[in-house]
Amino acid sequence: MRLSAGDPKLRAVAYQAGAIVAAVLIGWYLVSNTLANLEARHIASGFGFLSREAGFEIGETTLIPYSAADTYLRALTVGLANTFRVALIGIVAATVLGTLIGLARLSRNWLVAKLAAAYVEFVRNVPLLVQLFFWYAIITENLPGPRAAIEPLPGVYLANRGIFFPVPAWDAAYTWVIGALAAGIVAAIAFAWWADKHQAKTGRRPPVSEVALALLIAPPVIAWLVGGAPTTMSVPAFEGFNFSGGAVLAPEFAALTAGLITYTASFIAEIVRAGVLAIHRGQFEAAYALGLRRGLTMRLVVLPQALRVIVPPLTSQYLNLAKNSSLAVAIGYPDLVSIANTTMNQTGQAIEGIAIIMAVYLTISLSISAFMNWYNARIALTER
Amino acid sequence: MTNAFILRWLRANLFSSWPNALLTIGALWLLWRAVPPLIDWAFLDAIWYAPDSKACRAAAGEGACWAFIADKHRFILFGTYPYDQHWRPALACAVLIGLWIASALRRFWSWRLVPIWIVGLVVVGVLMWGGVLGLPYVENERWGGLILTLLLSTFGLAIAFPLSVLLALGRRSGMPVIQGLCVGFIELIRGVPLISLLFMASVMLPLFLPAGVTIDKLLRAQIAMILFAAAYLAEVVRGGLQAIPRGQYEAADALGLSYWKKTLLIILPQALRISIPPLVNTFIGFFKDTSLVLIIGLFDLLSTIKVSLTEPAWSGFGVEAYLFAALVYFAFCFAMSRYSQNLERELAKPEPGQRR
Repeated sequence: MRLSAGDPKLRAVAYQAGAIVAAVLIGWYLVSNTLANLEARHIASGFGFLSREAGFEIGETTLIPYSAADTYLRALTVGLANTFRVALIGIVAATVLGTLIGLARLSRNWLVAKLAAAYVEFVRNVPLLVQLFFWYAIITENLPGPRAAIEPLPGVYLANRGIFFPVPAWDAAYTWVIGALAAGIVAAIAFAWWADKHQAKTGRRPPVSEVALALLIAPPVIAWLVGGAPTTMSVPAFEGFNFSGGAVLAPEFAALTAGLITYTASFIAEIVRAGVLAIHRGQFEAAYALGLRRGLTMRLVVLPQALRVIVPPLTSQYLNLAKNSSLAVAIGYPDLVSIANTTMNQTGQAIEGIAIIMAVYLTISLSISAFMNWYNARIALTER
Repeated sequence: MTNAFILRWLRANLFSSWPNALLTIGALWLLWRAVPPLIDWAFLDAIWYAPDSKACRAAAGEGACWAFIADKHRFILFGTYPYDQHWRPALACAVLIGLWIASALRRFWSWRLVPIWIVGLVVVGVLMWGGVLGLPYVENERWGGLILTLLLSTFGLAIAFPLSVLLALGRRSGMPVIQGLCVGFIELIRGVPLISLLFMASVMLPLFLPAGVTIDKLLRAQIAMILFAAAYLAEVVRGGLQAIPRGQYEAADALGLSYWKKTLLIILPQALRISIPPLVNTFIGFFKDTSLVLIIGLFDLLSTIKVSLTEPAWSGFGVEAYLFAALVYFAFCFAMSRYSQNLERELAKPEPGQRR
């Protein structure tokens, strides 16, 4: 074989060698500039600042106790917990709302379908940031102060300081209720697993949904009754200048979740609609012809096929929601980005701060997509 | 339209069954509760023009205060650009929108678009900066409002698009090193929020440059937006490339075409054609995302609206302000999304003479 400039293999090697050299040169140039600049500005690099005292307060510390005397590391952990809280609530609620709207858009009822379409078209075409500001303005500017709070339901108050609502007062019995609920979930899953085996062996299917429902409801109720059936509620009451008691959703949290949920739901609605439309009518007819009832047709025939179409784009919407939760910084909700931003401003450790943000979001993105890929592989079409 | 026809339509579409009828009545009740008060607030009781905010404060809660928008519209549209020069950003907006419309018409779909775009962008640059042809120079710290939103998205897409085609080709090149670099770049950018890229551009980019070299804030944000758009567009283009049947590659190879001839003459024209509808959807997302530059302190459309609210006289009219912002963004995005839907339908039709 003769070496020539026209040989594709040789050319590929040359191109790649060139790419490596270029990448290394650019990287070296940037790193050396950065080091020189850091030295000139007397900024010490490294993550040592994380163990220093943060010295700023955080508005929302529901999940992890925190005070200004704690370290930056703890402050960032609080931010991370807040990000998770928003993302988790957002993903669950947006999926439910999006599915409902997507199905409503497919409804045979003309009015309902048109309303759903109008919702989707409007919400999808307005930037999320505008919607967040809008919700925040509605809560902080248009709701009355705590003294004149609106009471849409007994015990629930809407005010510009947040949304106040009653919660059951804490009682030792609730620990048992939660434990019983967990045990019930495990038992229900085990029963469904056994039922599949039983059906494979005998051809008869035990009443899974009824038993599972009973397993989910009965143990917590029994635990609650055995624990003395506590019914005391902690109800918000107006005292001095604000409400005390009950639970509160801060305006920032309420605006952020409302914005994220309504925005993402409009995208999920379209995904669900496309997924259902992708199922051929013959599939319904064939299932009915086999004598399956409507519920079973949906569960055994339509949903498994629709999910195959739905899951990949749904994954990217979940990822988008998690990433979009970083817009919290614009309305002052203390999520990870917003606390990292404060940290960067106070310590000047910009590179480390941004590295933390990027590392955390990359981890979240990669884990969500890994999980959804696993789920997608499970439900994927198995061909011979 | 006869009465019988209307009745039949109502029966079929609104009252076909009991649950359906209940749903209809529920929806009608909701509309009746929501729409008339909304019309009262937004139109009938609204204050359309007022010299100051007193009339608006008196009507607070009853009617919308559009006088706020009327009073501030020059600032909202053009930011702090010199007042007597506002015709320049206005004309620049028109040129940019014209470029987009020209690119949307299928009649113009050819290589001629490239020189049209270059000339258009140069004209916009001359208009905005000035300093030549007797136009006074305006530094870009003073650019703001709608024109900044359009500039960020137009320049962002115009530069990101060719870059994304290269990234997509690199990702499918089969050369492990180049493929690895492209995949790494695309996945890194797509895995982090845009905010973190903007923070990076505003605080880290100055550290990357040698001492004495500075890039202004607008350009730094623009670079971050370009990298962001390129990564997302590259995935769309890759989808188009993957949809081209193998036979096309093999036929081009059989003709003895070189890689670039094959790519430019055979593969890209087909791949880009089928990726236009998803590309437009990505454009819409990018246009909406330009609003995030507010967080690093640039004066785009949303930012000028927010700043207008900080004036004590007009504070507290956030709902009106953000509704206005929503309508402006909606007008642009809805037009684009309708266009992409129509195009998708048209492209799905077989061309005359094409075998089915």
